[in-house]
Amino acid sequence: MKILVTAKRVEDPESKIKVKPDGSGIVQEGLKYKINPFDEIGVEEGLRLVAKHQGEVVVVSIGGKEVQEQLRHALAMGAHRAVWVNHTGPLDQLAIAGLLQKVVEKEKPDLVILGKQSIDDDQNQVGQYLAEFLGWGQATFASKVESLESEQEKNKVPALVVGADGKTVRVIREVDNGLATLECQLPAIVTTDLRLNQPRYASLPGIMKAKSKPIEELTPAKLGVDVTPAIQVLKMSAPPARKAGIKVADVPALVEKLHNEAKVV
Amino acid sequence: MEFQLTEAQRALQEAARKYAREVVRPKAAHYDETATFPRDLLSTAWELGLLNMAIPAEYGGVGLSHLEQVIVAEELSWGCAGVATSIIANDLANLPIILHGTEEQKKRLLGHFSERLKFSSFCLTEPEAGSDVASMQTTAVRDGDHYVLNGAKCFITNGGQAEQYTVFATMDKAKKHKGITCFVVEGRPKGLTASKHENKMGQRASETVSLTFEDVRVPVANRIGEEGQGFAVAMATLDNSRPLTAMFSVGIARAALEYSMEYASQRKTFGKPIIEHQAIQFMIADMAMNTHAARMLTYESAWLLDEGKRNTLQSSYAKCFAADMAMKVATDAVQVYGGYGYIKDYPVEKLMRDAKLIQVYEGTSQVQRLVIARELFK
Ligand SMILES: Cc1cc2nc3c(=O)[nH]c(=O)nc-3n(C[C@H](O)[C@H](O)[C@H](O)COP(=O)(O)OP(=O)(O)OC[C@H]3O[C@@H](n4cnc5c(N)ncnc54)[C@H](O)[C@@H]3O)c2cc1C
Ligand SMILES: Cc1cc2nc3c(=O)[nH]c(=O)nc-3n(C[C@H](O)[C@H](O)[C@H](O)COP(=O)(O)OP(=O)(O)OC[C@H]3O[C@@H](n4cnc5c(N)ncnc54)[C@H](O)[C@@H]3O)c2cc1C
Repeated sequence: MKILVTAKRVEDPESKIKVKPDGSGIVQEGLKYKINPFDEIGVEEGLRLVAKHQGEVVVVSIGGKEVQEQLRHALAMGAHRAVWVNHTGPLDQLAIAGLLQKVVEKEKPDLVILGKQSIDDDQNQVGQYLAEFLGWGQATFASKVESLESEQEKNKVPALVVGADGKTVRVIREVDNGLATLECQLPAIVTTDLRLNQPRYASLPGIMKAKSKPIEELTPAKLGVDVTPAIQVLKMSAPPARKAGIKVADVPALVEKLHNEAKVV
Repeated sequence: MEFQLTEAQRALQEAARKYAREVVRPKAAHYDETATFPRDLLSTAWELGLLNMAIPAEYGGVGLSHLEQVIVAEELSWGCAGVATSIIANDLANLPIILHGTEEQKKRLLGHFSERLKFSSFCLTEPEAGSDVASMQTTAVRDGDHYVLNGAKCFITNGGQAEQYTVFATMDKAKKHKGITCFVVEGRPKGLTASKHENKMGQRASETVSLTFEDVRVPVANRIGEEGQGFAVAMATLDNSRPLTAMFSVGIARAALEYSMEYASQRKTFGKPIIEHQAIQFMIADMAMNTHAARMLTYESAWLLDEGKRNTLQSSYAKCFAADMAMKVATDAVQVYGGYGYIKDYPVEKLMRDAKLIQVYEGTSQVQRLVIARELFK
């Protein structure tokens, strides 16, 4: 089977993120970048499925030349080849889903795995848009508490199982009050949640091999997608700094404050 | 001139850093305390290709360039210098084969290392011959298709775990360094015994043993280079490995610097964080500056090797400067921590103990200065 996985370039959560004084964006200088952790989970899941069912994992990223770094990371983990949609400048979620739709129509994968959101602007939209554009079934927030005890234990109830006939996928997903199981016809869209798996480390031989794996370059123009943003970011600002807490003398004082000031009890 | 890592180099650095941070660091204190062999950590290193990075790809290794190897080495040592020493011991032992082995020897003697976790030891030092390699006492005598080895080696890293040994022995003591020949002993043949692991000051996760050779037979096919070429083989090996050991120092120093910056921002004396006292600021500025200088020297010494150029002078600059630097930086880190720095519950005293070894092994800091002076006056 063929699996298409997204690999977005995002700010490393360990970097110190600062908003530019004029509010036009964040300070890029000195920042480190990495693959969106939810996408990395997607690559891992794709590799596990392909290990079981044969086929290939194709990774796709949209952005300037620098996103090749994230594509190479996915290739180093074991993905087979990559598609790079070369575009610099602002993109909104609709444009991204539009570009992905064209890539999907070109690649014809059996399954598309995306992160449920990317950790830079946390929109949680692209997977859903893409399913709508393609008219495919979708199973968002694929998740399972993975046991780290043993290989056997780990593989007991995978959250993503492809049916014996290769025509359906069963997905365990995290919902507010527990786990829900969905069955979808393939091709389908799946988005990953944090607990789906533990992504493997990129090995040194993997990194060396990734150097010679192909990255195909596409552009919005080649794909015939108008990426003029429908959404404009007017201003960014840091959330207000948290005020220092206070100490109360005893429990009755605490209850009094919760009741009269916070009005929660 | 490019003062920037490539994308692939950054990927290697990131992979090694992740291993060091997530796999090594959580266990570093444990292996330091118990001085037991960190087989689980080395097994993961092997799976990730961190062991045997110097073996060329055509013989099953990862085949990293020297620059790539030192980039990785900094991260490993940042995790734990003892673990880094254990990891790089395989490369040290295999370098004579990589540099001077025949095609047939490379295939036969290097191939296994990518098939399973297997350790190899570099056996040069003897009780009476450390810095003075040429006064070696271990002998090799030709007997038909074999050589017969007799003698003792000491301070051999991974010696008790190894299944292959690269051994230097003399065929004629009177010839001094011109009598030395290099051999590869496979497996653990009869007559080869390892003593118990030394109780060391630092780098306690690396295993260090003495070996005795009693009529150990080595096939002629396992002689690396010609008879009498062993000294040159050993020196070429050390030219190649010195940048790695230099980088171990940088890894230790970077760890010391990071811990110091963190602690100095939190610890308050006289009403302010100690980082606001100029005495501490200057100490930390020196730590950062010297760590980076050592890194640059080391990059240069590795880059020369990748360019196919002789690096004896630069690799001695790097090893000597970096080792002395790390000792000073780690000692200063203990100073920044004040009384807590002296206590084992805090991470910096280990760095000080670990750093000390780098001034000693693979050529002491005095021997590096000898080499430097000799090169300068050549
Ligand atoms: C933990 C550990 C691991 C090791 N691993 C290995 C290994 O895997 N394989 C291996 O073969 N060896 C290994 N060694 C050995 C190491 O390389 C030697 O200890 C080192 O070369 C120094 O030799 P020595 O201990 O005999 O000291 P000596 O040579 O006796 O030196 C003693 C002192 O005299 C100084 N000195 C000696 N000659 C001169 C001179 N001409 N001018 C000025 N000063 C001089 C030295 O700098 C040193 O300060 C290891 C050692 C240790 C401690
Ligand atoms: C093994 C051991 C035994 C000890 N025994 C005793 C004992 O028997 N009795 C006892 O009372 N104490 C004892 N001590 C405590 C010892 O005296 C203190 O550790 C020492 O005074 C340093 O204080 P500190 O550890 O709080 O470091 P800090 O005062 O926190 O200093 C941290 C660092 O900041 C520097 N620094 C602090 N202020 C300034 C400044 N204004 N300008 C520039 N630099 C500054 C220090 O020089 C140091 O490098 C012992 C400590 C140890 C480790």
